[in-house]
Parts: sequence; structure tokens; C-alpha cells
Amino acid sequence: MTMNTSRRGFLKSAAAAAAVLYVGTGVDGAMAAGSEPAQLNPFVRIDADGTVTAIIKHFETGQGPATGLSTLIAEELGVSMDDIQYEFAPSDASRYNNLFFGQMQGTGGSTAMANSFMQYRQAGAAARDMLINAAAQAWGVDPQTLRLDNGVISGAGQSAPIAEFVAAAAQMAAPSEPRLKDPSGFRVIGDASIRRKDSRPKTNGTAKYAMDVHLPNQIVVVIARSPRMGGLVAGFDDTQAKGIKGFIRAAVLPNRAGVAVYAEQTWAAFQARGALSIEWDFSAAEMRSSDQIRDQLIAAVNADPEYVVNSADLPTVAALIDGSDKIVEHTFYFPLLAHAPMEPLTCTIEATADGGILLHDGCQFPTGPHMAMAQIFDLPMEKIRINTMFAGGSFGRRATPSADYQVEAALAFVITDRSRPVKLVWSREDDITGGYYRPAVAHRVRVGLDATGAITGWDHRVAAQSIMKGTAFENFSVHDGVDHSSVEGVADGPYQIPGQFVGLTDVAKATTVLWWRSVGHTHTAYVMESMMDVAAKAAGRDPVEFRLALLEGGDVDQLRTANTLKLAAQTGNWGQVREGHSQGIAVHKSFGSYVAEVVEISGDAERGIKIEKVTCAVDCGIAVNPDVIKAQMEGGIGYGVGHAMRDAVTLTEGIVDQSNFPDYAPLRISDIGAIEVHIVPSTEAPTGVGEPGTPPSAPALANAIAASGPRVTHLPMAENGVEFV
Amino acid sequence: MAITLNLNGQTHEVDAEPGTPLLWVIRDELKLTGTKFGCGVASCGACTVQLDGEPVRSCQTFIEDVEGSEITTIEGVNSAVSAAVQAAWIELDVVQCGYCQSGQIMSAVGLLSETPKPSVAEIDDYMNGNACRCATYQRIRAAIQRASEILEV
Repeated sequence: MTMNTSRRGFLKSAAAAAAVLYVGTGVDGAMAAGSEPAQLNPFVRIDADGTVTAIIKHFETGQGPATGLSTLIAEELGVSMDDIQYEFAPSDASRYNNLFFGQMQGTGGSTAMANSFMQYRQAGAAARDMLINAAAQAWGVDPQTLRLDNGVISGAGQSAPIAEFVAAAAQMAAPSEPRLKDPSGFRVIGDASIRRKDSRPKTNGTAKYAMDVHLPNQIVVVIARSPRMGGLVAGFDDTQAKGIKGFIRAAVLPNRAGVAVYAEQTWAAFQARGALSIEWDFSAAEMRSSDQIRDQLIAAVNADPEYVVNSADLPTVAALIDGSDKIVEHTFYFPLLAHAPMEPLTCTIEATADGGILLHDGCQFPTGPHMAMAQIFDLPMEKIRINTMFAGGSFGRRATPSADYQVEAALAFVITDRSRPVKLVWSREDDITGGYYRPAVAHRVRVGLDATGAITGWDHRVAAQSIMKGTAFENFSVHDGVDHSSVEGVADGPYQIPGQFVGLTDVAKATTVLWWRSVGHTHTAYVMESMMDVAAKAAGRDPVEFRLALLEGGDVDQLRTANTLKLAAQTGNWGQVREGHSQGIAVHKSFGSYVAEVVEISGDAERGIKIEKVTCAVDCGIAVNPDVIKAQMEGGIGYGVGHAMRDAVTLTEGIVDQSNFPDYAPLRISDIGAIEVHIVPSTEAPTGVGEPGTPPSAPALANAIAASGPRVTHLPMAENGVEFV
Repeated sequence: MAITLNLNGQTHEVDAEPGTPLLWVIRDELKLTGTKFGCGVASCGACTVQLDGEPVRSCQTFIEDVEGSEITTIEGVNSAVSAAVQAAWIELDVVQCGYCQSGQIMSAVGLLSETPKPSVAEIDDYMNGNACRCATYQRIRAAIQRASEILEV
């Protein structure tokens, strides 16, 4: 490479450096643009050479926002998907907040596409209008005669790549209302041949996750945590650790929650931690066993509920059921579950030359850790930066209201001299035993049916450990004492159920609990869709017909649910089951999307069951990236059935019994056959896909098992009478 | 102890204690981060590398046992089989979070090197030790079949 030191060359490169077009929204939410990112929230950047970069405000842990938000920009701007790059946005809630979360930047609740759909399209459209206006000025033609396709502006007998107009466009004001494409003209949105933007680096080993951070001079810290939730360090002895090469030192965390073990490298840190001898203070620790917690939850659903969730009157509903021709009743139990993302939790903290802090993290909710860092290091928000990297799975675990692992890393960093970056590493054992589980939940449902098989009353009690109470999200989800996340999908589901009562009792948390892929729907869909089959059987009706009869009220929710159910039944060959096979079906609405699934199994509960095929229908509004949607359904189904089949976190006197994948068994390739996904065509605004595939999968499996075997009401299935091969 | 490693066709002198898993030497010493830490107990396969052409779990392969062997990581794969596997992975967009996929690919290369046209049962059997928490399994299965087709041409 040769340096051009001539004056002309210098001027040219200076001009090129300035000629960058940023388009986004201003602090007032209106469209804004300029050549500096400081005064606006840029969602797209166009460099002088015409390179288009989408700035992704959501983290990428596989659900596809890097591809999806790039698609929105590419569609409106008029570039091909091959010609758009992406980078992750910095942590800045004033610019990159999730529009559904208020002033908070974060990814969750399957909202990445839903909240960004108009925002990113508008940014792309504004950039297109500005580039076209700049070209029209340069050529002295009416902008209406020009168009932008594949990065080239053409019309009025002229044609030139967008690079030629970046500098001029950067001097223009953004259009207040950019012209959005009519959906009938979409050519990138909805194209099933569009590939993920992150496939290549994730296929050749170059994708960088937080676990891959190796900063100059960094050290590794691992934490020896209390084996019981809530235990505190009373003292420790590191004599044995001192003989381990690479061990630096051990120190009690300021909150006494654990001993921080510092070493030059990860393996030495693990070895040294194993060599510590620690005395714990369990006076405030959880000492119960999970059997006691289960018994407490089940007792709660058999007593009067603490809260009435809907407006129904319990004595009236009870009388309706008692007077019915048939009554069916089941009690359900759901154990604690770990998220167990493939990449164990990790993040790295370093002090920056300007006196600030830089956090390297596969960061799901940047605003939470950002605020926590500012508090712990006593720094203004602008002195904290977050480098968001790829995350190796989350399923909810990387977003905690307490920013738990980032705070742990900060506490471990704050007690060093801060001269060396500190990388916090969790092992798989730390992850499985470390709390923040899907809460344990019990349900009891009693349903009455009249002589025609119609429902007369539905008494539904839930007892759960509240996820939201006592957190910063309490106001978001808790109303009149009811944590909506404990009961979502019961009273607010699309079925028109006569005489439905829903009650809730909160049971004290035995461990830290957390949202887990699809939150309350993980258990409510299982109960609703199991009871639908139980009631249909008692009524002597086909399960699909029985459900459709409860979806005839004519509202759009019912219509979309019914259509999705019908599509799954039709494509899944409902009712045409092979010899030795059984089918089960379930449908559930969550995160704005409707998903129905037919699970086909072979074998039986005694000799062993195999999931042969799953057919899925999904209505998630406009299908932005159809293949990503299919992938999310496939993955959501696997996550749902895998845990229902084999997984539970159990406690013995407060100590977690499981520790790693052998005893917290992940779904394996041999566990599940083909998955076929069908997308309901739609012109509605896009809704979620990361979570909605999960809720119907386990009840569809349970219904398939019950078609020729036991009705499984306590999970996991493998510990409640069902063998899998 | 000083150990000479032959990794991705290059020789590296490393200093590591006996009993150190090859995984941590690859990641922390050599800074090759495509090989992943998932469980540390050979239960998930994210750390799979090739040792003399055979896939092994590097978290349970100890540094003193690999001197003299040829080690290949995801960064060093360079064969007709690995090229077909990676091309098929991209064609079918197998990845989601992607964290397990280096290990999946290293195992898939092992399978196709041994069995150029595996049946579904053979794929499931061979790949069962590689966990994917995103449950990309049916695409893994399809991509292995696709890679097999690519190799036939």
C-alpha cells in the first residue's frame, strides 16, 4: 500500500471521510439525518463509497434480528441483501430503546421485529428519498422520474451508483414522512431465498462471542458461589490454590455472595476454585427441597386463590360445574428449569483511557447493566460503554432485572487495581446450579360439560413463583397483585369459554426465577391445550372440531387462531394416522403470533416413544424473513419438547441436584424427526417468532401420548411414566 | 511442561501443566476461539476438533497425550469434505446462535469422511453427542445429506 501525500489526495480523502450519510430519528422521534451520528439515532449509515450498514439495536443470539432489520433497510432503501452490512448499536436507551419497553434498550418478548418494523423501514425510505433528491439536483431533473434499485439511481436518461450522492444527501434535511413502499411491492421482505447475514462467520469459526474476548493483559475470574441460594461467605482458605500455576489470588466479593478466583487463564481459574476450602453462612439460605416446594404449590391450587384474575365469580362457576353432566379435572405440575444456553455466561470489563468502563458482552438488555455499571463504578452514564457481541443462546437467561452476571463481573473488577481487564467465566455447572430458573408452577383445572358436550364452566387455579414481583419490571406486569406473566395465555386466550374462572396464588420464591423462552406460556399453553383434549374426549368430539367450536365468536383473534389450527391440521394430515403412530395437536397465541402444531409419535409410553414428525402452522403477520421464521419454529419446538421430555432442576435441602448436561439432558438430534413449517399468508404487522413456537409443542406431544396412553400432567414426562427411545 | 503441538499444519511450542485440556490450550494460549467451551465434560461436543483426522472432544483430551499428533480446528479445516459441509451449512442456513456449530461441523466432517452417504439413522447416531440448544437438528441432518450430494458431483 502506498500513501498519497499530495495536497489533492489529502483533500479528496478528507472529503470522503466527511461524506457519510446517517439516517434515523431525532430525540423527538422525527426523521433526522446528517453526516454525524451525534445528533440523531442512526439506523443506517452510508459511507462515501456507497457501503450501506444497518445499525442493529437488538442483540443477535440466533433469532435473526441482524438479518431481519437489515432486510427492512434493504427493502426500502433499494439495495440487495448482499450489499448491506450490519453492526450492533452501542448501548444508548435514548436512541436505541425498544419501542415496546419505554426508555429501555433490550431484546425480549419476541419484539425485535415487531417494534422495529416501521422504524427501520422509515430510516431506509428516508435515506432513499434523500439520495434520489441529491441525484435529481445534480442532474437537474424531477426526483419523481428517478428510482433506486440495487444501489443504483436511474431515470431521466441517467444512471449512477448511490456513492456519487452520499456527500450531497448528507447535507439535506430528512423528509418528515418518507414514502414507504406498498407491501404489494415488497421484493426483499417475504423472500424465502434470503439467507442469514451471520451464517458464514458462524460456520468458519470467525464469529466472535463474549467468551472469545482476549484483551491484552486480561485475567480471568471465576466465582465460587454458595451451593444454596442466599448463602454468604463466612471465610475461605486458598492454601491449596496457591500451588496452581497461573493462580493470582482469591477474594470475597463485596456482597459476600461468593469468592472471586483470579487467574491468568480459564483452566487455572477453574483448578484454583476447585482447590479452595470455603465456609458458608447458610442462615438466610434456601433450605427447602423441591418436593416441599411442589407440595406447597399443589396445596395452593387446591385452596382458595389469593387473587382473582378475571371478573368471574367462583361460587357461580363452581355451581355451574357441579351441575354438569360430566366433570373432568386435572392437577398439573411444572418443575424449575434452567435455560442452559450453549455459551455459558461470560463478560469482560476493562477500564478505558478516558476514565470510563467498557463492557464486552453478548448483551441482551444493555440499559440494565449500563445503569448498574454506572452505579458500581460511580461514573456518569456516558462514561460506560457496552460492546455488544454475538451471544451463544439466551432463551431469556442473558436478560435479568438485576443484571446479575454483569454485576458479578463488576464486583469482581472493582476490587482489583483495575489495571488489567477482567473476564468473568461461568462453567456449565455454574449455569445449571446458578438460579434464575423458569419458576415451578402448579395448575388445577376443573371443567364441566353438558349432555351435548358443551363446556358449562372452567375453574382454573394457578400457583406460581412470581417472576416480576420485586423487580424493576413489577409495574410492567403486575396489576392488582396479579403477575400477568404467571397467568398469560389462560384468561386472555382466544377461546370463548363459558363460565371461566381464573385464580392465582403466589408462592414464595425458593430460588431466583426468570422468564424462560415464552415465559408464562411455557406452562399455561400446556394446561389449556391438555385440558382442551381432555374435555374433547369427555365430550366425544374430535379435538380440532372441539377447539374450532370455541373460536366462532367472529373476533380477529379467534379467526386467526382457527385458521392457523386448520392449516396445521390439514398439512399435518390430522386424523390420518399410520399404524403404530399417534397424533396430538395444540394451538396457542403468544407474543402476538398464532402457532398450531401436530406432533406425530411412534411407539408407546411403556416401550418408548419417538417423535417422528412435527407439522407447524404459524401466523406472525407479514413474514419478513420466511426462512428465519421457519427456523425459529423448528428451534422453538425443539426447546419446548426437549424440556418437557426430560428436564427438571430439583433441590435437596436447597442444593441443586443437577450439574451439567448429563443430568440436565439437552434434546439430541435422535430425539426428533422432521419438522415442517407452514406460514399463514398475512398483511398484518409482523409479530414475534422467537418464542411462539415453544408453547404448543409440549402439549401437542402430551396429547399424542394421551391418544393411546397416559395423560401426563406432571413434568418432565420421563420421570412421570413415559419412556423415550 | 513444554509441549510441541502440531496444529492446523503449524508447529507451536506451548507451556502447559499436564492434565490441561487441549481445549484451553487452543483457546487461551493459541487464541483460536472457533473451538468452543460448552460443558467441559465431553457431553455437548462444542469443543470438537480433529486429532489425526478423527473428531475428539478437546475438553477431555489432555495436552500431554497429543504431542506428535496432528490437530485440526475449525480454523484449519481444508478438505473437499469440510468445504462441502461448510457450503451446505450456509446454503441451508443451519446456524442460529451458532455457538455449537464449529463442533457440529467438525463431527459432520468426521461422519462424511467415514461414511460418504450416511442414512438418517447413521447421521442421528454419529451426531448424537453434539448438542444444539437452538435445536437446529433437522437442518444439520439436511445439510449433511446436502454435503454428501455436493461430494458426489
